[in-house]
Amino acid sequence: MAMPMLKGKDIVSIKEMKEEEIEAVFRVADEMVPIARGEERSDLLHGYVLASLFFEPSTRTRLSFEAAMQRLGGGVIGFSSSAGTSVEKGETLADTVRMADGYSDVIVVRHPYQGAARLAAEFAEHPVINAGDGAGQHPTQTLLDLYTIKKEMGKIGGLNIGLLGDLKYGRTVHSLAYALARFRANLYFISPDILRMPRHIVREVERYTRPYETSDINEVIGDLDVLYVTRIQKERFPDPAEYRKVAGSYVIDLDLLRRAKDTFIVMHPLPRVNEISPEVDKTKHAKYFVQAFNGVPVRMALLAMVLGVR
Amino acid sequence: MGEETTLKIQKIRNGVVIDHIPSGRALKVLKILGIDEGVTSTVSVAIHVPSRKGGWKDIVKIEDRELSDEELNRIILVAPRATINIIRDYRVVEKHRVEVPETIEGIVKCINDMCVTNKREPVRTFFTVVSKDPLRIKCVYCEAEMERDDIVENII
Repeated sequence: MAMPMLKGKDIVSIKEMKEEEIEAVFRVADEMVPIARGEERSDLLHGYVLASLFFEPSTRTRLSFEAAMQRLGGGVIGFSSSAGTSVEKGETLADTVRMADGYSDVIVVRHPYQGAARLAAEFAEHPVINAGDGAGQHPTQTLLDLYTIKKEMGKIGGLNIGLLGDLKYGRTVHSLAYALARFRANLYFISPDILRMPRHIVREVERYTRPYETSDINEVIGDLDVLYVTRIQKERFPDPAEYRKVAGSYVIDLDLLRRAKDTFIVMHPLPRVNEISPEVDKTKHAKYFVQAFNGVPVRMALLAMVLGVR
Repeated sequence: MGEETTLKIQKIRNGVVIDHIPSGRALKVLKILGIDEGVTSTVSVAIHVPSRKGGWKDIVKIEDRELSDEELNRIILVAPRATINIIRDYRVVEKHRVEVPETIEGIVKCINDMCVTNKREPVRTFFTVVSKDPLRIKCVYCEAEMERDDIVENII
C-alpha cells in the first residue's frame, strides 16, 4: 500500500480529488468489501470517534457512514436532525463544528445550506467529510457511483453512460457528470426539455467530452453501457397532467431492457418511486441495490484514509 | 482626455479622476465611495460622454480625495476597465488602470440565499474570478456564479 495520501484531508467536493486519489479509494474499498458484508471482522479504527452531524435527515447516508465506522471498530457520536440540539437555540454551524471537533477524530456533516461542509472544514482541525450540503455537493455519493461503475464494468473511460431524468435540479447528476467526464466516459444526457442539464454543467463537462443530449431514451438505449436513472419530481411541473405524460415516458421496464446491450446496467441513487419498474429488479441489469451497498465499503475506505490508517 | 469632455467637466486641482467607467455606472461608483449628503469635497460626474476609444463612458472627479485599496477593489467590480488618475496642481501625476484580482474576499454578497455565507455564520464571502472580461466570479462555498449585474447589485 502506498503512502496514506488522504491523511488529514477534507472531502468537500469531488472536484478537489485527483484521479489517483479516487483510484486509491476504490482499491481500499475493494479490501473493505468482506468487512462491510460482515464476513470478516476488523478493528482498524478501534479507539477512533466519528462525529456524525446530520443537520437534516438522510437515512441512507447516515446509516452507511455509521455502519462503516462501526464495522471498522470505531465509535460514533452525533445527531440525526437538528431538532433538540443547540442548533435550535441559535448556535452557529461554526460553533457546533468546533465543539464536535473537540470530541472526535473525524467529522461527517450533512447540512441544508450550500457550502456548509467547506465552512465546517475551515473551523475543524480534524478532517471533515461532506455528506451533502443542500443543493450543493455530495462527494461520497459520487464516489460510490463511480466505484459501482468501475466494479461492475471493469472501467469508466470509454463507456457510454446515460444520465436520465431530472438533470436540472438533481445535484447527484451534476457532480457525477463532471466526474465521469474527467474519467473520459462518453456522456448521454436524457431528460424532458424543461429539466435539461444546466448550461454551466455542460460547459464544465465539455472541457473533457461532448455530451449527447436528447429527450428520448429509445433513441440511445442500444448504445448505452450504463444508465443512471433519477427521479422526476411532480413539483417541477406546473401542470399535473403534463407531469404524468412526461414521467410516464421515462420509466425503465423490461420492454426497454430488451433493446439494451447484454452487459448493460441500470443504476439509481434511491429512493426510487416508479421510475424503474419492479420487474427490472430481478434482471441481471439491475445494480441499484449493489450500488446502495457499495456506499458502505467506499465510506469505510474514506474514513480509514482520512484518518491516515490506510 | 478629449477637449470635449474637459469642457463639460471642470478640471480639478487636487484629487482623483476615475475615467472609463461603463456608461451609466457612475452613480454606483459614487455609492461605493460613500458620496452622499455628507460629502465635503467637490464631485463632478459626467454620464454618457463619448469615449475616444468609441462608445460611451462615465467619468467621476473628486477633489481632495484619495482612494483606499478597499475602495479601489470595489470600483474594479463595477468598472473593470476604469483608469484612475491622481491629480496634483491640475496635472496628472499618476495614472493607472485597475486590475481585476484572482480572488475577491468580502466586498460582494453571494447571490445564493441558501449559501452558508448568507446564514449569519462567522465568515466573509470569498470568490474566485472565473473570467475577467466579461467579469464572472464563483463563490468558493456554494459554487454559485455571478455575472456583472449580479455583482454590481450585491456589493456590500
